[in-house]
Amino acid sequence: MTSLSPPDQKVWWKKPIDRAELIWIFIVVIWGIILTLMMPLWHIFGEQNLSTETYRTTPQRYMEKTQAFVDQYTVRTEGDRQFPVVAPPAGEDIYMVARLWDWWPILELKQGQSYRLHLNSIDWNHGFSLQPANLNIQVLPGYEHVLTITPNATGEYSVICNEYCGINHHNMVGKIYVVE
Amino acid sequence: MTNNAIFRTCPDTGLRFHGPAETLIKLNAVAAVVFLLVGGIMGIGVGLTRWPEVHLLGPQDFYTTLTSHGINVLIFWIIFFEIAALYFVSSVVLGCRLATPKLGYLAFLLMVIGALVNNYAVWSLSSAVMMTSYAPMPAHWAFYLGLILFAVGALIGCFIFLGTLVIAKKEKTYEGSIPLVTFGGLTACIIAIFTIASGAIILVPTLLWQLGYVSNIDAGVYRLIWWAFGHSSQQINVATHVTVWYMVGALVFGAKPLSEKVSRFAFVLYIAVLQIASAHHLLVDPGVGTEWKIFNTSYAMYLAVMASMVHGLTVPGSMEAAQRARGYTNGLFEWLRKAPWGNPVFSSTMISIVGFGFLGGISGVMMGAEQLNLIVHNTLYVPGHFHATVVLGTTLAFMGITYWLVPVLFRRELILTSWCKWQPYIFGLGMTGVSVFMMGAGTLGLPRRHWDAAFTSSSFPYEFPSSAMALMSLNGLSVVLAAIGGGMFCLIIVGTLLFGKKVGQEEKFPRVMVATPPTEAQYVTLHRSGNAISGTLLLAGVFLIAFVVYYFINWKYLAETWGMS
Repeated sequence: MTSLSPPDQKVWWKKPIDRAELIWIFIVVIWGIILTLMMPLWHIFGEQNLSTETYRTTPQRYMEKTQAFVDQYTVRTEGDRQFPVVAPPAGEDIYMVARLWDWWPILELKQGQSYRLHLNSIDWNHGFSLQPANLNIQVLPGYEHVLTITPNATGEYSVICNEYCGINHHNMVGKIYVVE
Repeated sequence: MTNNAIFRTCPDTGLRFHGPAETLIKLNAVAAVVFLLVGGIMGIGVGLTRWPEVHLLGPQDFYTTLTSHGINVLIFWIIFFEIAALYFVSSVVLGCRLATPKLGYLAFLLMVIGALVNNYAVWSLSSAVMMTSYAPMPAHWAFYLGLILFAVGALIGCFIFLGTLVIAKKEKTYEGSIPLVTFGGLTACIIAIFTIASGAIILVPTLLWQLGYVSNIDAGVYRLIWWAFGHSSQQINVATHVTVWYMVGALVFGAKPLSEKVSRFAFVLYIAVLQIASAHHLLVDPGVGTEWKIFNTSYAMYLAVMASMVHGLTVPGSMEAAQRARGYTNGLFEWLRKAPWGNPVFSSTMISIVGFGFLGGISGVMMGAEQLNLIVHNTLYVPGHFHATVVLGTTLAFMGITYWLVPVLFRRELILTSWCKWQPYIFGLGMTGVSVFMMGAGTLGLPRRHWDAAFTSSSFPYEFPSSAMALMSLNGLSVVLAAIGGGMFCLIIVGTLLFGKKVGQEEKFPRVMVATPPTEAQYVTLHRSGNAISGTLLLAGVFLIAFVVYYFINWKYLAETWGMS
């Protein structure tokens, strides 16, 4: 008999399992437990845990909040399209809009300080991909996601879009500066 | 009704083929290869555009080609083949007539029409929305309609499979429990029904939304339910290709399961936990909670991973036991050295097992950990991972069994036999390159589904490390190699159908199509020796070490990025 024929013993479920198989199953179960525990343990001991704080919002409401934030803390503009560069005080609620095909505005943050970053799309799905730190977060329309971020090194960071969002998807790049 | 339908007994395998079942298996398998060819050609376009020095297509063509590539290979090639496989492991393996063959033709027709409508929408009705078609990005309604028609056809196929099991039981064409491969097919069928139901729950409202009857599709809910369809369909693939692995073990070595109980229970675990499969796609989404993510991404407690790790031991283990029982007992690996490496049925399967486990499995568990997903989500790591699972794992396993099925079904000798020997290695090596280099580039942050990672026309261009770009060039080369391997496969199969030397219905092939199983006495002697699967156990140990090391390296990598809470 083979795997292509019915089991040779009618009551096959009573046949004892070989020792080699049992050893492997034991190892696999232990490894499964370790894999499972790593996630809660990282919530306790790790520094990188994604917040789940989320609010329903609408494009109008979110744009109003972002505009107020930009009006309050803009320090200069950049690029052909006069993108505001916004430098909020540490600990502040900061806003970024994902839209076809911009990350708006540009942020200027301080190293080692924490900020409450609000993310929301006002049209389709977008992907917040912070490079070269390589942090990647899905951004959805209708969901205002609030996460606390703490930049750990100074420099010029790019926010690229890594969720396909139409014909200019590859041009959707924003910026975050981290200064001393 | 069709009780006196025609059967033929295959002189090589002793299997009984029911005429209409055989026709339907042929139709579905041929359609599968056609869509593999179409989708594969699209894949070349994608690979050559991502090759920085080549950058073949413009943005519109690239996004359309990528959409078409994903749908044609991931959905149409694989599901057509799975329907063929379901008919085979029910009607042929159980030697019984296929239930309602007429509905089988209807199912096939619906699937063909659905596939054509969907392709037409992608190419001519500007629906380059990627396979996932995330609402609220709109596609033409024909895009969703095509998918729904295809799914209805596949669903009918599933019920025909179940009906056939009922007939076999009633007409007593077998005794005791169904064979393991049929059990694996049953697993795939149950998962498929769940999958298609989830697809309907999300695609029907989306279709109505495009037709104007529904005002709004929530982006988060769409992703949640779409992935119950999108990921569960990958569980169909896994269940089916594991079934094919066991089947190849039986055909090439006359292998039997080490333990029916263990192998079947592992299949049941796939069913038990599949409904939580959408979670690991939503690990960095807003709107879902931490506990929900942890419980669901781990499939309760990595139960599906455990199942695959068990199959990963028992499939090669059953081959080893059969080989050792037959007398290849020297050392740890004589059984493996003396395996028929020139037989594409076997070599494809072995590459499939190793590629699926080492590349696909380990990377999948890594990126399915809640926090680790932050460093890979939507990067090229994701397609790197699933080219290991779906192409090295599923597609290569299906290619391997096709080398066996085509002669048996069509009674023709394979043509280009020396190509047959090399094809699995060329395709396997190319696809290994595709997987590894995309995963490498993804680790460095390169985005998936992206036309221009050099950002030449962006207002604020970003420059990736040159090593990432170099990896994409290597990826391009690997795509060429894989395309050669895939092209060879299509040529061999289509060529065999047209020009292969005919072998009569009563005549036998010169080579052995089904190995004679070892005798019970040989197995008894083997088990007394106490090391029935020692070689496989060692390989499993190597796998486990690679798994553990790679997993923790990524936690270290995560620890180096920005703090978040």
